[in-house]
Amino acid sequence: MNRRRAHEEEDGYERLHRKRRRVSENQEIEDRLESLILRVGEKSSSSLESNLEGLASVLEADLSTFRVKILRILTDCAIRMPEKCTIYATLVGLLNAKNYNFGGEFVDYIVKTFKENLKTGKWNAARYCLRFISDLVNCHVLAASSLITLLESLVDCANEDGVPQVRRDWFVFAVLSALPWVGRELYEKKESQLEHLLVTIEVFLNKRSKKHWPALKVWSTDTPHLQEEYLDCLWAQIKKLRQDNWSEKHIPRPYLAFDSILCEALQHTLPSIQPPPHNDNDTYPMPRVIFRMFDYTDCPDGPVLPGAHSIERFLIEEHLHNIIEAYHLERKECAAQLLCFPYKAKIPLEYCIVEVIFAELFNLPRPRYLEICYGSILIELCKLQPSSMPQVLAQATEILFLRIDTMNVACFDRFVNWFSYHLSNFQYRWSWEDWEGCTQLDLDHPKPRFIREVLGKCLRLSYHQRIKDITPETFSAFVPLKPEPIYKYSMEGAASLPGTEAAHQLVVCVRNKCTPEEALNVLRELPNPLREGEQPAAAQAAPHNPLKIDVFVQTLLNLGSKSISHSFAAISKFHYVFKILAESEEAQICILRNVWELWQRHPQMVCVLVDKMLKTQIVECSAVATWLFSKEMAPYFTHGYLWEVLHLTIDKMNKHVSKLSGELQEAREALARADSSSSDSEDEGGSKKKKDQDKPTEEAVERMEERLEAAHMDQKRLFLIVFQRFIMILSEHLVRCDTDARDPVTHWYRSTIGRLQQVFLVHHEQVQKYSSTLETLLFTQDLDPHILDVFHQFVALTA
Amino acid sequence: MKRSYDSMVNSSIEISSYRDQHFKGSRSEQERLLRMSSTLYIGNLSFYTTEEQIYELFSKCGDIRRVIMGLDKYKKTPCGFCFVEYYTRLDSENCMRYINGTRLDDRIIRCDWDAGFVEGRQYGRGKTGGQVRDEYRTDYDGGRGGYGKIIAQKFTPNTLER
Repeated sequence: MNRRRAHEEEDGYERLHRKRRRVSENQEIEDRLESLILRVGEKSSSSLESNLEGLASVLEADLSTFRVKILRILTDCAIRMPEKCTIYATLVGLLNAKNYNFGGEFVDYIVKTFKENLKTGKWNAARYCLRFISDLVNCHVLAASSLITLLESLVDCANEDGVPQVRRDWFVFAVLSALPWVGRELYEKKESQLEHLLVTIEVFLNKRSKKHWPALKVWSTDTPHLQEEYLDCLWAQIKKLRQDNWSEKHIPRPYLAFDSILCEALQHTLPSIQPPPHNDNDTYPMPRVIFRMFDYTDCPDGPVLPGAHSIERFLIEEHLHNIIEAYHLERKECAAQLLCFPYKAKIPLEYCIVEVIFAELFNLPRPRYLEICYGSILIELCKLQPSSMPQVLAQATEILFLRIDTMNVACFDRFVNWFSYHLSNFQYRWSWEDWEGCTQLDLDHPKPRFIREVLGKCLRLSYHQRIKDITPETFSAFVPLKPEPIYKYSMEGAASLPGTEAAHQLVVCVRNKCTPEEALNVLRELPNPLREGEQPAAAQAAPHNPLKIDVFVQTLLNLGSKSISHSFAAISKFHYVFKILAESEEAQICILRNVWELWQRHPQMVCVLVDKMLKTQIVECSAVATWLFSKEMAPYFTHGYLWEVLHLTIDKMNKHVSKLSGELQEAREALARADSSSSDSEDEGGSKKKKDQDKPTEEAVERMEERLEAAHMDQKRLFLIVFQRFIMILSEHLVRCDTDARDPVTHWYRSTIGRLQQVFLVHHEQVQKYSSTLETLLFTQDLDPHILDVFHQFVALTA
Repeated sequence: MKRSYDSMVNSSIEISSYRDQHFKGSRSEQERLLRMSSTLYIGNLSFYTTEEQIYELFSKCGDIRRVIMGLDKYKKTPCGFCFVEYYTRLDSENCMRYINGTRLDDRIIRCDWDAGFVEGRQYGRGKTGGQVRDEYRTDYDGGRGGYGKIIAQKFTPNTLER
């Protein structure tokens, strides 16, 4: 557009210049329109009705030039800001009343968008589309009969055979969640069809499997709040709405003010919509449970918290979740938007916000966003409402602590992470004395475990003396030990250890900046306690030498114990020695054991060092998994960091597979592109040659495929090890309890089976690939039903 | 739609007005690097904040590639800043969104984009070896050596540091 042609006649140049000016003017107008549409409904000096009226007139005037843009902007807004659905529907209604053709075009456009979202698996967007389409009936843009036909065909999809339940669930969920908007209108115009629709839905709901439900509950008990399956809850809410004759008072309906204009408008009918069929690779939203932690008795005098089965509760929660979805990337804006919730006078807003945020934080299998996203939003909320929000959060913390015995272990971890992070932003001020009763409880009980874990995390964010200072005397058993290395070779009794002399020599050597070979020399003379009898050196395949590993690993890491950087530098400098020593899986496990022995009082260091050793390929993922499930580590099963190490290990493997997979995909695409374009450009000698050089060779792609396959084998092996060890350790416990006639459901058991479940949930996409192998090899019918159940619940999540 | 939406979701990750005066290259080159960087400068740390504390907090946004502590040029002790390098740009953006302006070691810390660590940039550039801001500030900050260096000298004029 800015190209100037030197020999252009003035006439032509003028024309070009005028066109350029018009285009940039058009751009300005477009921007202004976009801004007006985006902001309608926000705080304004005029009433919403007059703003809508004004905007409708402006848009009508611009319809001829900007028709397509306006269609797009209106649709985008309705989908990105679903809580403003009725505002945009009113706008479309007013435009339709002024310009019937535009109304028809809009209907076509939104239907096209709906189908597109279905096809590309954008389930939330599709749901908001459907809601918007439904609301258009309220504005006389669409005929009610046309809508009910659409809803019927969507519900038909719920009864399709041979497709995953999660797909069928979605259609019912989409229809139900649109009903609050249009239920009343359908009740008035098409009562019997509406009733029939609901009966079909009810039959579906009664038949569907809820095998997945227990896996998604935040608490395993149903008191004081039932963790309802999400469709059950919505159905109960819709039934109550129906009982109230579909009159709901929560949704603002600007179109009511324009009834006289709108009812003069001509309505359109929907084109027939055939939802795309299911393909094997399609994924659908996972089922959820509705998280409840408050009821109206928890809130102080004032506006009442709507009941669990009121449609208002559903609408408020949807709206708050949508605000988080829209603003989660800007925490200050998110907090501000949450606090200026439009109907805040009618509800105990802070309680609703806190419940919704914790719902997301504790969501199973995983939270939608980073845990710290929620933590930082809560901090912003406390800053904006310092006289109320901190108190509500404190009350929430007390409630969560009270019910922690039955909390899912993954949620327990997140609660620990959140609480310690939150405290670290508020000088660790907390009324610890209120929890003094826990000092009397068994150490493995979730309550004292929670306090121990929180203090452990607080320690990582601060320092030991600080933790001692902030806790009362009675909590001394919960305060972690000072996080120092335990280096046995310079402690009392070191003289009697076999490795001490070599250890001291190694220290001198390293301090004198020796080479890795020189370090190896120091270790050379150390005997191997694993070797039975005397064998000539090269005679048999020697097992690793645990004494060498002990002396080297503990001495080197102790020398580097000053900081993480020091340890990393040590590992880097002597990487060669590590690789020599880590010759087998047993050797690698021995290395890990020694890292642990040195740093057992500093769990963070253990995590960081294991992570580094995985990264530098000193140890393999399978060695870490085997080590974590070994007898020495069994006493630490109820400590959070053991699972921290396990999950960072599995994550590393998953990332590795994803990376190779992504690279292969790119290479394949590049190859395909180069192939197809080279067949078109045979004449372009030079450029063809360049394209050949850029594209990956077939051999390169083949090698990538081989590497990916090897990685998949490693990944499968890792999961097999992990699940097999879980099964062994849990089965042992159950058998022992059976023999001793003891109740097997101990804190340890609950916690361990929770950890098994956590592996399934956190890594479900990856584990799914090996479902059938797991079923054939490990999770067979003869297994204890409690253990087998965990597997079946996982399978049900995407069935 | 994209323009207004973009400003709605990207103000936390915008580059600041700080430009490194010692940067070897043009302003536009520096800005280009800032916009694709996955290295962050972290400021207003206490001198006593440890690498471990930094790892713990910043790991909440993703896998850390490395942490480089800012050091006094002469004493080689921490002087209140550091660099945190992530493997991906996304992780560092999350850090700008969720950690910048929150507390570490009871202090509000500031995160800002950095064009990339270069050997030598881990040292303070103030005359007495720490950060420039600690030369000139006039308040008392117990976590950052007390009073600013220049006014501290006014109290004890016979102990000029070299």
